[in-house]
Amino acid sequence: MFTLDRSDDFQLCRIERIHTPEHAPEWHDWLQELGFIPGEKVMLMARAQPGGDPLVVRVGSSTFALRCAEAACIEVTLLDNATGAA
Amino acid sequence: MSACHDSVRRDHAPSAVVHVHRGGPLVALVGNPNCGKTALFNVLTGSRQKVANYAGVTVERKEGRYLTTAGKALRVLDLPGTYGLNPRSPDEQVTVDVLMGRARGEKRPDRVVCVVDATNLRRNLRLVLAVKRLGLPCVVALNMTDLAARRGIHVDVDKLSLELGVPVVKTVAVRKDGATALRTLLDAPAEAWRGDAAHSPVPETDAPVVTVEADHDTVQRILVSLGLDMHAPHTLSDRIDRVVLHPVIGMALLMVVLFLMFQAVFAWAEAPMGWIEAATAWVANGVTAALSDGWLRSLLVDGIIAGAGGVLVFLPQILILFFFILILEESGYLPRAAFMLDRLMGSVGLSGRSFIPLLSSFACAIPGIMAARTIASPRDRLVTIMIAPLMTCSARLPVYALLIGAFIPKREVAGMFELQGLVLFGLYVAGVISAMGIAWLAKRLTTRGLPRPLMMELPTYHWPTPRNVAIGLWQRASIFLKRVGGIILALTVVMWFLASFPAPPAGATGPAIEYSLAGTLGRGLATIFEPIGFNWQISVALVPGMAAREVAVSALGTVYALSASGDDTAQALTPLIAHSWSLATALSLLTWFVFAPQCLSTLATVKRETGGWKMPLVMAGYLFGLAWLACFIVYHLAVAAGWG
Repeated sequence: MFTLDRSDDFQLCRIERIHTPEHAPEWHDWLQELGFIPGEKVMLMARAQPGGDPLVVRVGSSTFALRCAEAACIEVTLLDNATGAA
Repeated sequence: MSACHDSVRRDHAPSAVVHVHRGGPLVALVGNPNCGKTALFNVLTGSRQKVANYAGVTVERKEGRYLTTAGKALRVLDLPGTYGLNPRSPDEQVTVDVLMGRARGEKRPDRVVCVVDATNLRRNLRLVLAVKRLGLPCVVALNMTDLAARRGIHVDVDKLSLELGVPVVKTVAVRKDGATALRTLLDAPAEAWRGDAAHSPVPETDAPVVTVEADHDTVQRILVSLGLDMHAPHTLSDRIDRVVLHPVIGMALLMVVLFLMFQAVFAWAEAPMGWIEAATAWVANGVTAALSDGWLRSLLVDGIIAGAGGVLVFLPQILILFFFILILEESGYLPRAAFMLDRLMGSVGLSGRSFIPLLSSFACAIPGIMAARTIASPRDRLVTIMIAPLMTCSARLPVYALLIGAFIPKREVAGMFELQGLVLFGLYVAGVISAMGIAWLAKRLTTRGLPRPLMMELPTYHWPTPRNVAIGLWQRASIFLKRVGGIILALTVVMWFLASFPAPPAGATGPAIEYSLAGTLGRGLATIFEPIGFNWQISVALVPGMAAREVAVSALGTVYALSASGDDTAQALTPLIAHSWSLATALSLLTWFVFAPQCLSTLATVKRETGGWKMPLVMAGYLFGLAWLACFIVYHLAVAAGWG
């Protein structure tokens, strides 16, 4: 399973599913309401330095700051940046 | 009762009048955060707004009056922004409760205007679908259509209206005439708002649970049919972010912004402060000349005019500080600052989200503590509330300004900085460092290890609109002035009474105040404060300072004006204390106000936010202990350095 927090910057990804963390089951619904929905394309835009946490994530036309723990709930497939194919 | 609560009460009274305004249907504005909803609210209602709280919670409630072109009076409610109907915070909970008709003391809205950011339909339309299912007559205000057009997004309003099954109008909330189409709709009968449900291609379902994913699919289908199924990220925002979020350049920029803010508070405010001082002196002289010597003249000049004027004079500084905060907020910079500070805040167990409430606390801890409700995690929220009073609020500026003006020489350091400004900056830093220490301690004491949520939108950058900044400033200024007019003035008069009565016995030789209640009280307190270098005048002034920190200055004015043997009661406090206090005492008092545990308004707000007396008592206790300890150290170090 490959999750968004492990992606490179500016790597186009497609959301496969949102996992529900045991310690925070409400995150699943929250992430979905922000637009992190299976099928949507996401891209890591930046990482806070130093430490690389939190992350700047683009989903749709929106930009969100997510913690690595939050991005780790988002399972993704890497896409080809040029063609958008898997 | 605190100043803040009183002002909320007073706000409630006129808004209750609006409540009973017959024939005034309630229109609620609903939308995602950052969709320009409040700007639209400002365009519709202008200055006819009432800011109060929702019953039982401390979420800010904004209601305005709107007169339609046909002369119909409407009440417009600006609901807190939300992404969906699964509330993440008390703010979002209010929006959901009001829409469901469950909010205490709140009528269910008669109509709903869904404000939608035209540049981000994909996310915004999901909320429209969810709100529509609630069954309230609703229309969609397609906002920011000017920005959308510039980014190549052209929305077919009629088609979107047909797809959604509700009327859709274009609005540009940043332009005064940007809500014309919405104004026309607000005149239409509620039936027209229901749309033509029969033709609605959106499936109406009785199923109680419609998943976000199902709504997402519906939106996706609508966007495809409108030819808008593409992403149009704001490339300019991305370019700005490359600088603003840069680990080195961005952080340097943030530091420059914050430092400029505090230099400006001192430099820009100088002229208007001079005018207010001159006006106060003019009024005091007029009254002194008009009335014969007696207790009434003493009350007016030494109590009311001196007290109100001495606090009013700092309004310019407060306005400048809020001007900066509002600009940062409106432009979209604040969440970026929170992002960059997330790691720093995380090191003491807080999230970047705590940054915004804490920054607001630099103006006043009360709005700051109330802004903490946007923090989803209850633990983070509590810690943020507990350390908010350590952020140097503007009410402490009068005290700092007085002491710095009297004891710190006015000269340049390193050819570019004012020494006085540097000392002020140092006091702010001292507050921040103490807050970090307390938060770190809280992190060590509470069970942790679980990651806390951040999930914070970084909205596209916008030029702040002068109207929105002006309305924001007006609201803050009126809240501050109400505090001045109400509790502070009342306490100055109480102080005057304590300092004037009882009158000295016949044949007394010392100044009158020595025989007064204030003198007795001050000497009693002085035993506690003597080890940290406070004289009895300071001890007395700290008592009314409990109601509001800035009162300490006018209280000192009263104590010294009355204890001075001369007639010139309008004599400036600055040379007086510069002459009669040691530098060690001044430094100790400055240190005291870094912690300033004595603000009853703050404690009352904490009681309300945390729902009990436990947390305010803990707060008062730890702040007092910390203040006394720090003052003790500073005073004795200063004495050792020969400044005693």
